[in-house]
Amino acid sequence: MVRYVLLRLLQAVGVLWAAYTVSFLVLYALPGDPVTLLAGADATDITPAQLDALRAELGLDRPLIVQYLDQLAAVLRGDLGTSIVTGRPVTEIIGEALPPTIAIAAFALVIAVVAGAGIAIAANYTRHRWLADVLLGLPPLGVAVPAFWFGLMLIQWFSFTVPIFPAVGDRGFISLVLPAITLALPTGATIAQLLSKSLSNTLREPYVDTAWAKGASRARVHLGHALKNAALPALTVTGLIVGQLLSGTVVTETVFSRPGIGRVTAGAVQQQDVPVVQGVVLVAAIAFVLANLAVDLVAPLLDPRIVTTGARSPRRGAAAAAARPAARPASARPAASASGARPAPVASATAVSAAATTQGEPA
Amino acid sequence: MRTTTRFAVAAIATTTVFALAGCADAQSAGSGESTATVVDGGQLAFAIANDPISLNPSGTGSGNDTLYVTRQLVDSLLYQNPESGRLEPWLASDWSSNDDATVFTFTLRDDVTFSDGTPLTAADVKGTFDDIIAAGAASQASALLIGYDETVAVDDHTVEVHFSVPNAAFPNSTATVALGIVGAATLETPYDQRADGKAVVGTGAFTLGEYTKDVETVLEARDDYAWAPEALGNDGAAHLDEVVFQVVPEASVRTGSLTSEQVDVIGGVQPNDVQTIDDAGFPLVYRGNPGATFGIYFNESRPAVSDLAVRQAIAAAIDPEVVRDTALNDLFAVATSSLAKTTPGFADEGDAFEYDPEAAADLLDEAGWTEGADGTRSKDGQPLSLKLAWITNFGPNQTSLELIQQQLKEVGITVELVGGSVPEFLKIQETGDFDLSWQNLSRADGDVLRTTYSTAASNRLHLDDPELEALLQEQATLADVDARDEVLAEAQARIAEQVHQVPVHELTSILGTLPTVHGVSLGADSRLDSLVGAWEEAE
Repeated sequence: MVRYVLLRLLQAVGVLWAAYTVSFLVLYALPGDPVTLLAGADATDITPAQLDALRAELGLDRPLIVQYLDQLAAVLRGDLGTSIVTGRPVTEIIGEALPPTIAIAAFALVIAVVAGAGIAIAANYTRHRWLADVLLGLPPLGVAVPAFWFGLMLIQWFSFTVPIFPAVGDRGFISLVLPAITLALPTGATIAQLLSKSLSNTLREPYVDTAWAKGASRARVHLGHALKNAALPALTVTGLIVGQLLSGTVVTETVFSRPGIGRVTAGAVQQQDVPVVQGVVLVAAIAFVLANLAVDLVAPLLDPRIVTTGARSPRRGAAAAAARPAARPASARPAASASGARPAPVASATAVSAAATTQGEPA
Repeated sequence: MRTTTRFAVAAIATTTVFALAGCADAQSAGSGESTATVVDGGQLAFAIANDPISLNPSGTGSGNDTLYVTRQLVDSLLYQNPESGRLEPWLASDWSSNDDATVFTFTLRDDVTFSDGTPLTAADVKGTFDDIIAAGAASQASALLIGYDETVAVDDHTVEVHFSVPNAAFPNSTATVALGIVGAATLETPYDQRADGKAVVGTGAFTLGEYTKDVETVLEARDDYAWAPEALGNDGAAHLDEVVFQVVPEASVRTGSLTSEQVDVIGGVQPNDVQTIDDAGFPLVYRGNPGATFGIYFNESRPAVSDLAVRQAIAAAIDPEVVRDTALNDLFAVATSSLAKTTPGFADEGDAFEYDPEAAADLLDEAGWTEGADGTRSKDGQPLSLKLAWITNFGPNQTSLELIQQQLKEVGITVELVGGSVPEFLKIQETGDFDLSWQNLSRADGDVLRTTYSTAASNRLHLDDPELEALLQEQATLADVDARDEVLAEAQARIAEQVHQVPVHELTSILGTLPTVHGVSLGADSRLDSLVGAWEEAE
């Protein structure tokens, strides 16, 4: 077990390094550089010499590899650097942005789990075919609806038309409701889709027949016997869900004028504020890695067939140890990718470029 | 019923402004032109689109939104009256210039104090300008101090600013937020550590209460403020107790927040939201931006557009009225010169441009561009196919350019639209891989022509026009406003005659307010003016 955890941690460090390096390269591949952007599109009277002086001051005139190694060394010492644009320490900027993001992400997760599981259970539990069809139609719809549009519609209905929730400003819990629902939509849909599929598979398992034969009630069979086993595949996509929630904050925080990691990311990418973007990527990658690690450690507790001790990979270990073919964690994969979930760093970067184009004005 | 009356009043007020300004520039006279009695106190909630990023007045923030906030914190040496475009006293009660526009002398008021209690002296003016020069490219203001030599504090309240090359635009530049005067406490803080505004000490009517990134900036009124420009109609402290600039990135959310009365004022009103706000009965405060107009600019190092006939044909083939009516609305003026109507020194060159596609076709025929089978003209085997670079940061741009693309297609010119973000656009300009560009540049001084067209400035357009270059340099040497305006008029005539630009439309800055909000207005740069005279009717 100890060896397994150590191996996983080593793997995690590799993932973090890769995410950091790739994002560094991507940022430098973008057109323009932070100094030109800092001076702005209208800086027609700022001389190239002045721009060069600023580049030198910020250390941006050094060879790329030197900048990279220098930054990496600083990160290893726990120093994420300072923002090119505001001169503030990156740790401070991220530290400030994390709590509001965690607040809506946690709330969204609760909504997503409750609503997603509710739909999945209800769709399998109901004896009415039409109701099951309607319920099963919801997850694809939830995934297909753009969060941007959904958020704007919620504001339109429940803030502008019927003034229940504030559209702007932070008034505590009440300000969290609409953004959390918006953020929960794709995640809840993913959970509903996965769980309903897995639940219907589980309900066809022989041990469920045994439970029926013993005279267990419908509720007991569904909630007591099947749900626990069916929940495992949903659990294995926790990493994806964390990624989905993090990348979703870019759009959600913009639409709902909330501070947080998403807004910091959007702004930093727009300004090519490399240290800040790198810091966000690291934080997102850490969240992603930790979530996956937690799942891998918790999975054996739920399903004793999954053995981790000494195994090279938990998935392979699960497959090997499973008495039956098609171990459930693996079956969860296709459903997850079909729902459009992606790992955190990549997804947030693409969402940012979409958000970035909507901002700014001509001079 | 109430709505109708209000708009009638607004219409009359606007007409008056037109008459006063002597030219039909599009501007409202500021919010709430009613005769209700001024109410002191209260908080104004003002929604802006972007986080200010940096509250350092001379630093680089996020453009207009930053300046809306910092305008309240610092005052300028001079005030540029938005109605006349002329300069009036502010921190300086008097000013003068030598004949060749290299030395400017300002007499400071002796009753002004910074928010930390220290009195304003000539040393602060010197400190502010020296600081900007030291900051270099990190300060947006360094572009306004070209040729800066030194500032001399003659005595406590007299200051001389010396330039090594003429800078006739400097007096107008002093009125900008970027050259707003900051106190010694600010200057002691390293330049790159002032973004959060804690170190910013100004003489403005408001001081910084609290700044929360991506959320809001709270400003508090100064009780002892008593030196607002006369034109703002309040010689005492601000009427409001507090102004809260809330960051609301989504334009439609800003509009909805106003019409559902969750905020008092919104900035950055998009052209397509104007109708919604108007229909809901909320007043709009708007003003055409001064500076270089939106239009087609040419990269004259490229063979096809270095041909005057091609540029003339493009001018004749574009119908700016249709573009304005389709992509924008009445608040935006059709451009009639390289300068916008609200720019001091504007000269109407409308007569030089006439929509006449047949004339365009004739010009191209004569110049040897003959129509091929695919409808695109060509000459010596080279098709008349042009690459147009543009920035995607203004919603209506796409519609405007697609229309222009169609209009040019009619006369046999194929245009490829290459849109991108600001850095992408800058990259294209740098590499020079474009024939046409769609751009504008706001500035409340005619010197914007020099920065845009001069080969001695950034030279992004690669003009070869010594006559224009001479005019652009000459205007910068003329301290006399009228003489300078004449040269600026000649430069505009030259640009129109040589079709170095095809003017299409002007940019307009638009705010929306609650009907109960008064005294919110846009300054000479068409950005939010000081809110010292703003007030809100009690509920």
